[in-house]
Amino acid sequence: MTPFPDLAPAAPEIFLAVSALVLLMLGVFRGDTSTRLISYLTVGVLLIAVVLVLTGAGTKQITFSNLFIMDSFGAFMKVLVLLGSALSVLISIHYIEREQMKRIEFPVLMLLATIGMLMMVSANDLISLYVGLELQSLALYVIAAFRRDFAKSSEAGLKYFVLGALSSGMLLYGASLIYGFTGTTNFSMLASQFATHGQATGHAGIGLVVGLTFVAAGLAFKISAVPFHMWTPDVYEGAPTPVTAFFAVAPKVAAVALFVRLLIEPFGSMVDEWRQIIYFTALASMVLGSFAAIGQTNIKRLMAYSSIGHIGFALVGLAAGTELGVRGVMFYMAIYIFMNIGTFGVILCMRQNGRMVEEITDLAGLSKTHPMLALAMLIFMFSMAGIPPAAGFFAKLFVFQAAIEAHLYSLAVMGVLASVVGAYYYLRIIKVMYFDEPVEALDRTISGEVSLVIAGTSLFTLLFFFFPAPLLNGAAAAAASLFAAG
Amino acid sequence: MAGWPILSLTTFLPLVGAAFILLIRGEPDVVARNARNVALWTSLITFVLSLFIWLNFDNTTAAFQMVERADWIPAFNINYHMGVDGISVLFVLLSTFLTPLCILASWESVKVRVKEYMIAFLVLETLMVGMFCALDFMLFYVFFEGVLIPMFLIIGVWGGARRVYAAFKFFLYTLLGSVLMLLAILAMYFVAGTTDLPTLMQTQFPRSMQIWLWLALFASFAVKVPMWPVHTWLPDAHVEAPTAGSVILAGVLLKMGGYGFLRFSIPILPEASAYFTPLIYTLSVVAIIYTSLVALAQEDMKKLIAYSSIAHMGFVTIGMFSLKQQGVEGSVFQMLSHGIVSGALFLCVGVVYDRLHTREIARYGGLVQNMPRYAVVFMLMMLASVGLPGTSGFVGEFLILVGAFQDNTWVALLATIGIILGAAYMLWLYRRVVFGKITRDDVKGMLDLTPREIAIFAPLVVVVLWMGIYPASFLNVISVSVEALIQNYQTALTDGVGTSVAVR
Repeated sequence: MTPFPDLAPAAPEIFLAVSALVLLMLGVFRGDTSTRLISYLTVGVLLIAVVLVLTGAGTKQITFSNLFIMDSFGAFMKVLVLLGSALSVLISIHYIEREQMKRIEFPVLMLLATIGMLMMVSANDLISLYVGLELQSLALYVIAAFRRDFAKSSEAGLKYFVLGALSSGMLLYGASLIYGFTGTTNFSMLASQFATHGQATGHAGIGLVVGLTFVAAGLAFKISAVPFHMWTPDVYEGAPTPVTAFFAVAPKVAAVALFVRLLIEPFGSMVDEWRQIIYFTALASMVLGSFAAIGQTNIKRLMAYSSIGHIGFALVGLAAGTELGVRGVMFYMAIYIFMNIGTFGVILCMRQNGRMVEEITDLAGLSKTHPMLALAMLIFMFSMAGIPPAAGFFAKLFVFQAAIEAHLYSLAVMGVLASVVGAYYYLRIIKVMYFDEPVEALDRTISGEVSLVIAGTSLFTLLFFFFPAPLLNGAAAAAASLFAAG
Repeated sequence: MAGWPILSLTTFLPLVGAAFILLIRGEPDVVARNARNVALWTSLITFVLSLFIWLNFDNTTAAFQMVERADWIPAFNINYHMGVDGISVLFVLLSTFLTPLCILASWESVKVRVKEYMIAFLVLETLMVGMFCALDFMLFYVFFEGVLIPMFLIIGVWGGARRVYAAFKFFLYTLLGSVLMLLAILAMYFVAGTTDLPTLMQTQFPRSMQIWLWLALFASFAVKVPMWPVHTWLPDAHVEAPTAGSVILAGVLLKMGGYGFLRFSIPILPEASAYFTPLIYTLSVVAIIYTSLVALAQEDMKKLIAYSSIAHMGFVTIGMFSLKQQGVEGSVFQMLSHGIVSGALFLCVGVVYDRLHTREIARYGGLVQNMPRYAVVFMLMMLASVGLPGTSGFVGEFLILVGAFQDNTWVALLATIGIILGAAYMLWLYRRVVFGKITRDDVKGMLDLTPREIAIFAPLVVVVLWMGIYPASFLNVISVSVEALIQNYQTALTDGVGTSVAVR
């Protein structure tokens, strides 16, 4: 008889799952009027989970028959996911009330998606990887289409579902190929097999490479990396804005974490094979993200292309395939969630006469009508463009540092050139806010939660350069844990 | 004063002022007035502080002085490292000297969003001073790039008709150059293990790597200088920027490129610098002659001075790459002098622009009759730009030509042609604007300099004459550091590969 598994490493997930059920029951009994309460409780639960993750972090622990792993890398990424989710729930509270979306399922679904993401981060097996991924995806499909009476939202949900199912299929197919060629789905066993096999034959074997390619394609879809990015602009545009904010941060962080763990741990010895894939994806994402965004007029679509570009930059670190590279990726994602949530906070403030507006030109003259809001947006835009001293600069700095260390000079040069092109469209938003005259001012009322989130994230983005060491050291320790495992 | 982190104080004091301005609330008039006053006083106190840097500066050593060091990104051995030597100390003073004048010059001409304008200028001052003090390449880069943000806003918000185009062009052009430099910094980091400047200067980079690194740095600094053919952003930016923006652009931002060559390219990459000297000479000579000719054809006063700036910066690059004592000293001196003179010339344009709201040369004429004091100031600055003995412009150009002559006679000869052309376009500009008959009524109605404007020009006039009549007080500061720079360069060349280079 197998002994009862050690639950301690999975404490945050278990706590979240129980809480989600409790909150659901609470909602069912108290009805939609308790949405605000449940949202606040959701934020609280997510923050408690952060504490649980942090107290549990430290040594590497494996449980549930090697299906589940908890290490510093996972802890770092989980904290990011949880913070991203908590901030998304926080900025959604006012929005769902205003837009007649006040249902108790909304925060609970976000909570469930978050559990899926934590599972993805902690997956130590292709099976648990898939389970986490699907739990996350199913919850996301639903909230993408949460405004059922709104054609664009339903379209977004449907598109996301169909394409997401396709990508899950590809991922499963790749996983089955890998299983077929190695006889195992466990990451640690895969790693040791590749190591011995690689030494014996000098190459990985064509079947495995095909399997790896399919898995990579499935994951590239989840992080919306080129060429699997087509769904992103439509879904971002159609989904309710707080949902878009959520999509742009938490699932991305989780999928990137999963991608990194998968490629570094089991496939670490196949770095030469997968580096070509990542190299191309990173480059194509950076270039497409920069060029395609230029023509956009809708700010949510623009943010979609911007996020494609950002993923490209983060993947530059992964392409390096070194400890420094992983550190760069983690650091990039950390900065990325803060500036993205902040930007979406500003987008949530874009209302005229009580109705949401989404065109970039609606921001015209914002610096005159809402100086502080414009200032915050200015900080986010310069940060996304990677101009020092904003935090986004350091994010780019460390991924390119890793690329240079790994001698990927051409990738680094093309990457920085793409970032110059990208700077153009971020500057365009600043131009609209600062250089143009206001046409019709945005509404004055900004909900307390949103202004709190904007203030917090913009101060973080602006003043990050002052104390970069703690976050960097955290990322360093976490990256080291991934490589120490070997 | 010894224990004080005086460089950091000078660098970050303007930020404190900016924070104060941010907190000002109330009626628009009151806010504007308070913002102006706070900005002026902050920048004046900063200037006084920076005078202490000069007073405490030891002329007899080439080492970095008033050094401050603190951990910044210890994981990558990137530190907050500040210090000045003979090459940088005067640039710090130039920045702190010009900023209060700029704020004074914008006193009445900037009417909208005064608060934001003053904040942008104070932030800009912090970044400029920090850049000249930074002794860590990464820290330098942060300041160097950060300058783009306030300048972009100054051009874009308070600029002229085509401000949006000019602001974008300025930003993207400079950014494109800078990002390549960033990669070069990272590549250096992996060889030296740090981005600390004194350590980088000791590090021997392989020759083939030097070539690439040099080109990456060149991409950044050449755009900033600007050198022909990447100069096209400058006339646009100058024409569209508000007067004070042009002053800072010409006075300090262009010097960032020249300073970068002197501080980074030459000491860190000596072999590549020697290898590329002909390229620099060629581009500089083309810049001097071509842009001088272009300047002759200009109808717009600001554009003319902008092109003259490019020509003058051509002298600077020739001087510094001659790597002779006189040449390098001259190029530093010329940068300082050009900072003052071109700043003053843009202010001269600003004076008439404030009155008539046009920069078209043909709209003016005969100003000497109703604006005699203005005519005197303008004449002095014009002659300083031409390089008349007794003004600061002469000393710099003369030293540069002496340096260039020792290295390459032809370059010196061609550069001298530029001086003649320079005299031609400046004198012609002056004749068309100041002399002749007044034909238009609105020109006749223009008033002479106000006390505020006199207060702006007086210090500039004093400094131009001081630098021209007794340059020793500036050259003494520069010379020891330049000597050390050249000595290190020569040893690096002979030690380096020792094959082809040693023969020279």
